[in-house]
Amino acid sequence: MTNIMYMKTQITLNVNGKNRDIQVDPKTPLLYVLRDHLQLNGPKYGCGQEICGSCMVLIDDHAVPCCLLRVDSVVGRTITTIEGLADEHGTLHPVQQAFVQEQAAQCGYCLNGMIISAVSLLRQNQIQDEEMVKMLLHRNLCRCGTHTRILKAIRSVADMLETN
Amino acid sequence: MMNSKKRIPPYSRRDFLKTTGSVTIGFCLWDSCSSPLLEDQEISDLPGSLNRHPNINAWIEILEDGRVQVLTGKIELGQGIRIAVAQVAAEELNTDINMVEVTLAETGRTPNEGYTAGSRSIESSAMAIRYAAAAAKEKILELAAEKLSIDKSQLVMQNGKVRAKKSDASWSYSQILEGAQIEDEVQLPLQLKSKSNYSYVGKAIPRKDIEKMARGKQVYVQDLRFPDMVHARVVRPPNYESMLESFDEQGVKSIEGVLEVVRNGDFLAVIAEEEYPAIQAAQFLKEHASWSKPEIFPANESFDEYILNLPAEIQQVKTNGSTEVLKTDKDIISAQFEKPYLMHASIGTSCAVAIYKNDQLHIWSHTQGVYPLKEAIKNMIGLADEQLQITGIPGSGCYGHNGADDVAADAALLAMAFPDKHVRLQWSREEEHAWEPYGSAMIMKLNAKLDGSGKITHWSYDLWSDAHSSRPGGNPENLLPARHLALPFVKTGSGGRGGAYRNSEPYYHIPNMNINAHFFNGPLRVSALRSLGAFANIFAIESFMDELAVSSGKDPLKFRLAHLTDKRAKAVVEKIGELTKEEKLASGEGIGYAFSRYKNVASYFACAVKVYYEENSGRILLKKMWGAIDSGEVINPDGLRNQTEGGMIQAASWTTMEQVTFDKDHITSVDWGTYPILRFDNIPEKEVVVIDHPEEPPMGAGEAAQGPTAAAIANAVYGAAGRRIRKLPIGGSMQ
Repeated sequence: MTNIMYMKTQITLNVNGKNRDIQVDPKTPLLYVLRDHLQLNGPKYGCGQEICGSCMVLIDDHAVPCCLLRVDSVVGRTITTIEGLADEHGTLHPVQQAFVQEQAAQCGYCLNGMIISAVSLLRQNQIQDEEMVKMLLHRNLCRCGTHTRILKAIRSVADMLETN
Repeated sequence: MMNSKKRIPPYSRRDFLKTTGSVTIGFCLWDSCSSPLLEDQEISDLPGSLNRHPNINAWIEILEDGRVQVLTGKIELGQGIRIAVAQVAAEELNTDINMVEVTLAETGRTPNEGYTAGSRSIESSAMAIRYAAAAAKEKILELAAEKLSIDKSQLVMQNGKVRAKKSDASWSYSQILEGAQIEDEVQLPLQLKSKSNYSYVGKAIPRKDIEKMARGKQVYVQDLRFPDMVHARVVRPPNYESMLESFDEQGVKSIEGVLEVVRNGDFLAVIAEEEYPAIQAAQFLKEHASWSKPEIFPANESFDEYILNLPAEIQQVKTNGSTEVLKTDKDIISAQFEKPYLMHASIGTSCAVAIYKNDQLHIWSHTQGVYPLKEAIKNMIGLADEQLQITGIPGSGCYGHNGADDVAADAALLAMAFPDKHVRLQWSREEEHAWEPYGSAMIMKLNAKLDGSGKITHWSYDLWSDAHSSRPGGNPENLLPARHLALPFVKTGSGGRGGAYRNSEPYYHIPNMNINAHFFNGPLRVSALRSLGAFANIFAIESFMDELAVSSGKDPLKFRLAHLTDKRAKAVVEKIGELTKEEKLASGEGIGYAFSRYKNVASYFACAVKVYYEENSGRILLKKMWGAIDSGEVINPDGLRNQTEGGMIQAASWTTMEQVTFDKDHITSVDWGTYPILRFDNIPEKEVVVIDHPEEPPMGAGEAAQGPTAAAIANAVYGAAGRRIRKLPIGGSMQ
C-alpha cells in the first residue's frame, strides 16, 4: 500500500481580491489549485522545481514560484495572479501595457513570470535599478530569446514613473 | 453560420481586369529594378500551397457579419504567422485588419500544408493567402457588378465594402455573396494590389495575442479545459530500450483519485480525476516499478572518436574542380569542429488533450503538422481516416520537432483506453528534457588552400551527422509511445538526412571544392531542431573563414567580401561593417563576424558579436550583438526583428552553454540545472537592422541567425582570448 494519502479539507484563499473556498488536500502545490480548481491560466507549469519562473504569482507583493508551494502555507496571505493585475474596468496594469506596447513576447509562455516579477519590482520601488531588474529576472527563463524586449518593456515603465 | 454554401460559377479568364503593369518576379536585382512598386502586379506563378489547395474558400471565407476568416495550415509558434497572414489578407481585400480572423491548422478544416517548419510559412502559406484574397477580391467585384448592374470599373473595394464610385451606396462582401463562399480556383493571371498602396503589409502591425498572454487569457493547449476532463501522466522507463518487468498496480490504484492505470507493453501511465494526484501517482509508480536498464550510451569514450568510428554512409554533396592538392600540399590549413547534441528545451512542457467518444478520436495538439501527425496516430491505433480529428492549438515555443507529437500520441492511447472523457496530459520537466528528439551532434573537418593574394583556391569539407528529421510523417515509429507498445513499431530508418548538409556548401566563390556528408546512426533520439545542420555547418565554415582571413592577414569582413559575388550578400556584410566601424575594444574584449545565406536560397544574414573574456573565471560575457538581415519583402518588420533577435539570443545560449549529457544507461540532462540555458545576467545589447526589399519575394527568416551567431561569438572569443573554439559549447572549451 502507499503512503500517499489524500485528505481533502476546505481551504479559503484570497486570490485576486476575493476569498475562494476550495476542497483540496493541503499538501497540493498552489499552482494546481490556481489552474485546476480556480480555472486560472496565468501561472503555468514549467519545471516543478522553482527554477524557471513560469508559475510565478504575487504573494503579498513578492513574486514567488508556486509549483512547490503548499496551498495551506498561503492561507491568510494575499495572492495575486496575472489575471488580477488589470483594474476593475479591465484597464491593463502599466507593466502589462508595456509588454504589449513593446511586443515583448514570442511564444509568450514565460510572460506570466516576467510580468509578475516586474510588478513585484515596481511594488518594491526597485524597478529603476537596472541591475536589480536583471538580478530578479535571473529567476525567469525565456527560450525564445525575447530578453532584450522584456528589459526594454520594464525600462519603459521605469522611465514613465520617472517622468511622472 | 456559413453552412449554406452555394456554388458560384467559376469565373473565366477573359473577365479579368486587363493591365499593362507587369512585374517579373524571380530574378530582379534589388538595385536595378525600375520602380515596380507603383503598379498593380500581374503574377505569373502561384506559390506552392495553392497547387495542392487551389480553391479560394480553402483559404478565405467571408462571414455574414463582415469579418474575413483566413484559414492557414500553419500553426502559431510565437513566430507571428497569425498576424502576418492576417496582414496579407486584409491588404488584398481592403478590409480592416481587426475584421480578419485566423484559423490555425486543423485537420478537415484548413488546408494541408504539411509542417510549420523550415522558415517556409511566409513563402508558402502567407503567399497562398495573398493570392487567394486577391482572387476573392476580383470575384466579389465581378459578382457585385453583375448583381448591381454597375460596370465593374465603377466599383471599388474600401474598408470591407464594395462601393459605387458615383454614389454613396455600399454593400458588404457577404451581401454580395449572399452567404455563399467562393469555391472558384485561384487562377492566373492574377492581379495583386500595388505595393505602394499597402496599408498593412510592410508595417509593424502588433500581434493581437500578446495582450491575451499579458492578461492570462486562454492561449495555449496547456490552458484547455473541458467539463469532466481527467488528467494523465506517463511513467517513463530509464532509457529508450528499457523493458517493464513489474510494477505495484495495487499500490497505485489505492491512491485516492486514481481512475485508471494503463499498461500496454512498456508503456505505463496513470489517469486521475485531478492533476496533482496524477502527478503523485506517477511518482509512486516511478519508485515502485522495475525496469531493465541496458547500457546503450557511450558514456566513457571520447565522443568525437566514438562518432568518427561509427559505421557511416557517405554522400557527396558537391564537387567542383579538383581538390586532390589538399591531400599532398604542405601549405594546407585544416581544422575540425564539434557540436554536441542540443535540445529544444521548451519552457512549457509538451501537452495534449484527447477524447475518444462515439468511435471518434479528437486531439488538441501543438504539433507542427496536424495532417502528418493524424496519419501517424491513425496508423498507430488502427483508426479509419474519418475517425480522427486533430486541432492545432499553440503551445510553448518549440523551435522544431520537440515532444508535441509524442505527447499527442500518448494522449491518444490514453483516450482510447479511457473513453468518453477528455484526457489531458502534460509532460513533466524531466520527460521533456530526457525524451524529446534532440538536434544531432555533428563533426566537421575542413581543409583549404589559399593563393598568394589571399583567395581561397581549394576547399574540402566533410561532415558527420545523424538524421535531422524524424517527424511523424505518417510513421508510428516516429511517435515515442509507439515504440513501447506490446506490439511495438520498431524504428527502421534513421530519418530524413538532407538537413545534415544544409548550408554545408559555402556561399563563397571557391574554384575547387569537395563536400561530403557522412551519415551515422547515433545513440540518441534525434529530429529537427531550428536550422537543422545549418547551425553546425555555418559555425564551422564561418569560424574557418575567420582563421583563413587571419592566415592571409586580411580583415575578416573584407576577406568575406572578396569571396562573395551576390550583391545582396555583400550588402548585409557591408552593413555590419558600417554598424561596428566605430566600436572600440577594451582589454579582454574581442569582436567577431560571420555571414550566411540560410539554405543558400533564403534570407541573407550577417552579424557581429562583441565579448569580454573574464580570464580568472574563464567566463565569456556577451557585450553586444549586431545583426543585418535581408529577407526580401518584409510582411511585418517587427515580427522579423523579433525572430532575428530571438534567434541570435537562442543561438548564443546553444553556443556558449548547451550540451545534452548522458551516462551509460540514461540521459543526465533532465532539468534546467543539468541543462542550463542563457539567463538575464548574460544578455547583451542588441541592434538588428532589416534591409527591406519590397520588390523582391519574401524569404524564410526564422532560422537565419542561428549559425552565423555561433561563429561570430567563437570568432570574438578568438579576438578576446586568443583561443580558437573548435568544440561547442564554448563554456566547456574555455575551462
